[in-house]
Amino acid sequence: MAEPVVKKDDSPTGEPAEDKATDEGIEKGVRDLTADNIAAVINDVLSKETGARLKAYVDTCVHCGLCSEACHFYISHDNDVRFSPVGKVKQTIWEILKKKGRVSPDFIRRAAEIAYTQCNLCKRCAMYCPFGIDVAYLMSVVRRLCHKLGVTPLYIQDTVNSHSVTYNQMWVKEDEWIDTLQWQEEDARAEISSLRIPLEKDGADIMYSVIAPEPKFQAELIYKAAVLMNVAGVDWTMPATPGWDNSDMAMFTGDNEIMGRLKRAHFETAARLHVKRIVMGECGHAFRSVYDMGNRWLGWRMPPIEVLHAIDFYYELLKTGRIKIAKKYDKPVTLHDPCNVVRGRGLHEKARYVIRETCSNFIEMHPNREHNYCCAAGGGVVNCGPPYKKQRMKGNRIKADQLTETKADVVVTPCHNCHSGIEDIVHHYDIGIGVKFLVDILYETMEKPE
Amino acid sequence: MMHSIYNFVSGPLVWVSFFICIFGSLYRIINLFLLAYKKEAFIFSFMSLKYSLRSILHWIIPFASTNMRKHPVMTLVTFMFHICLVFAPVFLLSHIVLWEESWNISWWALPDHVADLMTVIVILSCLFFLFRRLVLAEVKYVTSPTDYLLLFLVAAPFVTGFWAYHQFPGYAVALILHILSGEMLLVAIPFTRLIHMVFAVFTRAYMGSEFGAVRHARDW
Repeated sequence: MAEPVVKKDDSPTGEPAEDKATDEGIEKGVRDLTADNIAAVINDVLSKETGARLKAYVDTCVHCGLCSEACHFYISHDNDVRFSPVGKVKQTIWEILKKKGRVSPDFIRRAAEIAYTQCNLCKRCAMYCPFGIDVAYLMSVVRRLCHKLGVTPLYIQDTVNSHSVTYNQMWVKEDEWIDTLQWQEEDARAEISSLRIPLEKDGADIMYSVIAPEPKFQAELIYKAAVLMNVAGVDWTMPATPGWDNSDMAMFTGDNEIMGRLKRAHFETAARLHVKRIVMGECGHAFRSVYDMGNRWLGWRMPPIEVLHAIDFYYELLKTGRIKIAKKYDKPVTLHDPCNVVRGRGLHEKARYVIRETCSNFIEMHPNREHNYCCAAGGGVVNCGPPYKKQRMKGNRIKADQLTETKADVVVTPCHNCHSGIEDIVHHYDIGIGVKFLVDILYETMEKPE
Repeated sequence: MMHSIYNFVSGPLVWVSFFICIFGSLYRIINLFLLAYKKEAFIFSFMSLKYSLRSILHWIIPFASTNMRKHPVMTLVTFMFHICLVFAPVFLLSHIVLWEESWNISWWALPDHVADLMTVIVILSCLFFLFRRLVLAEVKYVTSPTDYLLLFLVAAPFVTGFWAYHQFPGYAVALILHILSGEMLLVAIPFTRLIHMVFAVFTRAYMGSEFGAVRHARDW
């Protein structure tokens, strides 16, 4: 598997043939489709799962095109109309509704490509539509249809399979998880001898949860978080059982059932440990899953246990003086606002507070806050893997321009997907800028016991 | 002959079209709410009056949202268009006279020359929208024949009204066409994308509530 297959002909998006990706997961799914099962599945989903929102959005849209400039894909492709939010809706939902679900397997292939790989569900366009039409929701509906039809990109589907089997995204085994935490604890004790990563502590104030890529290949983030927790004197714990991973790729493939299982496991683990709050690491999509999508699927208007995103938690630690800054970071730093915690939770001012407390030279990126451009990695797009990397790079030239204009040395982004996306952009466009998490900066600048 | 056609279109047809417009729109609203209750009842638990109004207010004030400032001409035209589209017919003296004749009710009227100017604004705006659809790639791409038809439906009563008011040649026919096209427009509202005049309030309110009360973020 793995290597992207290159087709000779131009892609339907008009990209040069060498940029055209073929995804084995999508291809295999499409091969199994027939006109009848497509229509049956689509109509089943539309009649059972969609309702007033789909109807109101589709019937209200006056085809004005004013959402176009909201989309980084559209701008980065020199205003190619096929990448505008409404353009994507036209190529998918409108056609599906018009034909009452009687669309071809080729149509589904194209719809999957659009919904999974050319929309990050970042909701920036919802702020540009005069009616507030939520195109991200419409694209999620397309993803749901594709999931039900078995047409999902291979790489992201693999992460969902992992979720399904292990309750974490990266096939991390239970003993590996515990071992990683103990390894980080041991390493960190060389720095702070009394440091603990408390596992399974009943009744702790806080359960700290992370996404599976952290133990898999970014264990230093767990190390740094542990230092932060210990220095701040936080009563915290991490679970030793499945439920420790707060990530959720199922939400992005349209596998709502698995999304529900994951979130239930996460909340129930916190409930079992009798913690007061869940604090999660610097991940945007996981926050969306916990605060917006997964909780709602489970019937909770708001998360059943209070969930704090890392930004919120760092803000609290700094504001209450539990963490003090020894020496501010003095390189020029800019901030990339992640959609899921900014448009999704309004944490932009708190993020700025943390940066200003820890950095002496902060430069705003423009546009910023709710209007920041997406990283093009979120919404599961980066998880669709190598076949779509080129397209993802090409589709976010605007981010490269934005970064270059800041002339900063470091871009801080408190989100894993943004982090990966921006690192790719930095390499692809050869921008000399470092990418950091907030915890990297905090760890570097905070007062630590000798 | 002309006279009986006139009587028909300015009599029974008016009532029929108002009836269809009002009850059709009510039907669409009720249907939308029933659908929401049946399948997405969670929507109601997220609705917030404060943030609905905040959002609606931000989007009915010209240039109050980022996107409006990015498209100053479109913003100017669309606000002028919508204001004139609604106010010119409602406050037109000749329309009020008709209401007075049938129902013995009347209200303040626009001076004729102002109403005339507003009519011209609507017509020119329609031409602007047509131009956008034909020329701007991102609009052209998502334009279907029905979009042109809707534009035609909206422009027709104003073009014919202008024609009749200025008594250009053939104005007697223009007057009948004016009434007919106005009625067609009313009837079309509930059953076409013109329903946005009713639904926009709800989509805006929902998005405003989600952004304001849940996401703690601006939506403009």
